[in-house]
Amino acid sequence: MKISVVKDILEANDRIARQNRELFDEKGVTVFNLMSSPGAGKTSLLEKTIEAVQGKIRLGVIEGDIQSSQDAERIARFGIPVVQINTGGACHLDGNMIRDTFEEFDFDELDLLVVENVGNLVCPAEFQVGEDFKAMILSVTEGEDKPAKYPLMFHESRVLLINKIDLVPYVDCDVEKIREEALKVNPHLTIFDISCKTGEGLDAWCEWLVETVRKRKSA
Amino acid sequence: MHEMSIAQSLVDILKEEMARHNVHRLRSVKLHVGQLSAIVPESLSFCFNVIVSGTELEGARLDMEIIPLKAFCQDCRENFEVENYTFVCPLCQGTNIRTEAGQDLSIVEMEVD
Ligand SMILES: Nc1nc2c(ncn2[C@@H]2O[C@H](COP(=O)(O)OP(=O)(O)OP(=O)(O)O)[C@@H](O)[C@H]2O)c(=O)[nH]1
Ligand SMILES: [Mg+2]
Ligand SMILES: [Zn+2]
Repeated sequence: MKISVVKDILEANDRIARQNRELFDEKGVTVFNLMSSPGAGKTSLLEKTIEAVQGKIRLGVIEGDIQSSQDAERIARFGIPVVQINTGGACHLDGNMIRDTFEEFDFDELDLLVVENVGNLVCPAEFQVGEDFKAMILSVTEGEDKPAKYPLMFHESRVLLINKIDLVPYVDCDVEKIREEALKVNPHLTIFDISCKTGEGLDAWCEWLVETVRKRKSA
Repeated sequence: MHEMSIAQSLVDILKEEMARHNVHRLRSVKLHVGQLSAIVPESLSFCFNVIVSGTELEGARLDMEIIPLKAFCQDCRENFEVENYTFVCPLCQGTNIRTEAGQDLSIVEMEVD
């Protein structure tokens, strides 16, 4: 006997993500899901961003790693709420893991929650966590071919940060080509060229972020 | 390797559906795997077999059909197949595109006894 079903396999996760989203909406908290391959500079970007926007918006951070609490410790130095999730092997965060951190936050005291996903260019893109938008980092040492090889993450992201541009003189990397390739996969991407080392480009990103958070608050 | 989480969600849904239809043996499942989804079919099969071994679902076959990416241009109303993951209208070069197929990962049919 054949039964036709037609069900999205990720539906259970999507449902939890929607519930998370309802809570964030109710509290007026902007949430973004920060993704990249390991070491592209997610925690570095957060450190620089916190420095620049602290005082303008109230931030909280969820750190996702397979193991260790090193990233959470780096963020805790800024005196903002941060929760470390250890996935114990899983290569991505999902809606459920985010929900499990809720009792650790006072969302009435937050404007922005950043979720640093597990370093991985594939899996995190498939799982919603209840975010307003996804932002991804590609560092210039990773190569121009990445948008075509890992299209889902580029397609799902609203923002692309091209990081480590201070290294451009030392690597065979054409930033213009990265931009071109990324825009093919997602013509609506907002792109920032940045260096977390020299600080180049970070003002534009932080301005955009603060503005996005404010707009959402007043919406 | 997120195929393990996906295989687990799949098994959860299958068990639910089987209970709902009051059937006990699963012969096969048909999945539609969107071209954009980041799933490796072999890896999903492998994880599925690991999870169902020793359960009543053991021996069920996973049939996966890759669904090509199709899109619709909302500016010039052209329907087109997205080639090389380029989400630009081949006719008018517009980017006001709606993806029509090839993004999802879904169960479409189960064969049961
Ligand atoms: N030269 C240079 N190095 C950078 C830049 N941004 C980050 N790094 C270095 O890159 C390495 C990895 O940075 P992290 O911020 O830890 O990267 P991550 O993406 O958080 O890494 P995981 O959480 O492990 O996936 C560190 O040694 C940083 O100092 C940059 O703009 N330029
Ligand atoms: Mg990190
Ligand atoms: Zn068109």
